[in-house]
Amino acid sequence: MSAVSSNPSPMSELPAASGTRRARITAVTSGKGGVGKTFVSANLAAALVRRGEKVLVLDADLGLANLDVVLNLFPKITLHDVFTGKHKLEEAVMAAPGGFHVLLAGSGMVEYSRLTPEVRDQLVDVIQQMRPRFDRILLDTGAGISDVVLYTVSLADEVLVVATPEPTSLTDAYATIKVLATTQGRRDLKLLVNQVTQTGEGRTIRGQLQQVVDRYVTPSLEAPLKLEFVGEIPVDAAVRDAVRRRQLMLECFPGSAAAQAVLAVATRLTS
Amino acid sequence: MSALPESLPPADPAALQLDRALQLLQQSGRDALPGAPGSAAWLQAVIDGLCEISSRDALTGLSNRRAFEAALNREIDRVARSGEPALLLMLDIDHFKRVNDHHGHIVGDQVICAVAECLAECVRPMDLPARIGGEEFAVILPNCPPAFGQTVAERIRQRIEQKVITAGLSLRLGITVSVGGAYAPQWVRSTPALWTERADLQLYRAKSEGRNRTCLEPTPVSNVSAEEKGLLFGTTMPGDLE
Repeated sequence: MSAVSSNPSPMSELPAASGTRRARITAVTSGKGGVGKTFVSANLAAALVRRGEKVLVLDADLGLANLDVVLNLFPKITLHDVFTGKHKLEEAVMAAPGGFHVLLAGSGMVEYSRLTPEVRDQLVDVIQQMRPRFDRILLDTGAGISDVVLYTVSLADEVLVVATPEPTSLTDAYATIKVLATTQGRRDLKLLVNQVTQTGEGRTIRGQLQQVVDRYVTPSLEAPLKLEFVGEIPVDAAVRDAVRRRQLMLECFPGSAAAQAVLAVATRLTS
Repeated sequence: MSALPESLPPADPAALQLDRALQLLQQSGRDALPGAPGSAAWLQAVIDGLCEISSRDALTGLSNRRAFEAALNREIDRVARSGEPALLLMLDIDHFKRVNDHHGHIVGDQVICAVAECLAECVRPMDLPARIGGEEFAVILPNCPPAFGQTVAERIRQRIEQKVITAGLSLRLGITVSVGGAYAPQWVRSTPALWTERADLQLYRAKSEGRNRTCLEPTPVSNVSAEEKGLLFGTTMPGDLE
């Protein structure tokens, strides 16, 4: 496993295009920051690779990229360079540990925290160009309900909401679910509960969220909003250690309970 | 804290030209220095005193523009990761030029000091009020929930409106300010330029709507009601709401 990696030579490692509109686009979002969204995105990508998918993780957290930190990558060319016309998109695609590819935003993306029509068009263009080359594109979005987050989520076929059992995380997850249902017409949202302390806690939380959605959100919609529980990841020392080592948990602690839980989520998403 | 490389030999205090530095410290009343002149503690106090002077506005004692910009950058970093709501207020004294023209610059300075005082009285210790231009002030309010922003801004405006400034023998002046404010976008890394631009836009709105008022940029609040939270956390049963 390579701990350090820089951009591959153009096109050399990029999967060839096959068909059009191939990749399924999954947005990974969370109401609150700091719930492990990027950690989940990276490890889920590795798990999906093991399920046979060609996966691209797009760092759509334009204002606050830290996928590079989680993966210990040092990109020379980033999305920022593509947006500013300095490099071709293909040059910014990097091979990551775990067998997937990443497109990193780069710290220069700060100025894109305000969503301009140009940024909208560029994001759509990036996704359209990458879509035929992969089976799955994970959009690692920012937290919250800013216009950038809502816009990137709107580009996805499906949405995975990551929450923890912590009250503020649940409240913010609920707020996000509500906004996605009312402004984007989402009727199916996937829920992953991270950092659970006991087995079954994730399902209970899904039940609670669904209950509030049924009572307060669905009545204002034309069709009910369904939350699909896709799994729970237990609190596990392996997570902390992997983060500290800046490695994928699936690679350094594949036998850990948390790694097994991520694999189960990937199975659920691909079946 | 980054230390100097250890390979550097310590400077000889006797070789340093500190006359101007000590003069500045004396002038600003910061010349009570600990330790023997030339000792490490004494030198540290000289340096700390100079840092303090360079971050303060000489007239009002508030943070100056330099300190304000540094604090703004720090707050943006914090907000981007923590998602805590942070408010930036921009204030401008209404018709300040008239004060200067009619009563002279000394009275003008008194007005500025009075506003600075009100500002300092109205905010929490963690907030950073600053004088960033002639009659322009700003306040950074970390961890300020959206529901409180308008209250704080209005409190500042009213305090200044109620303040009577006395100058000379018989001059009693009332002044007002216009206040504009914007929150740092949560979970998104903003820039000092974008954030101040948004707050400035609201200040402009307050001015153009007639001055002596506060205008805050509306925030996209996640409107989760107490009932929704109650049901979410199981403190109310669905039946209770029927």
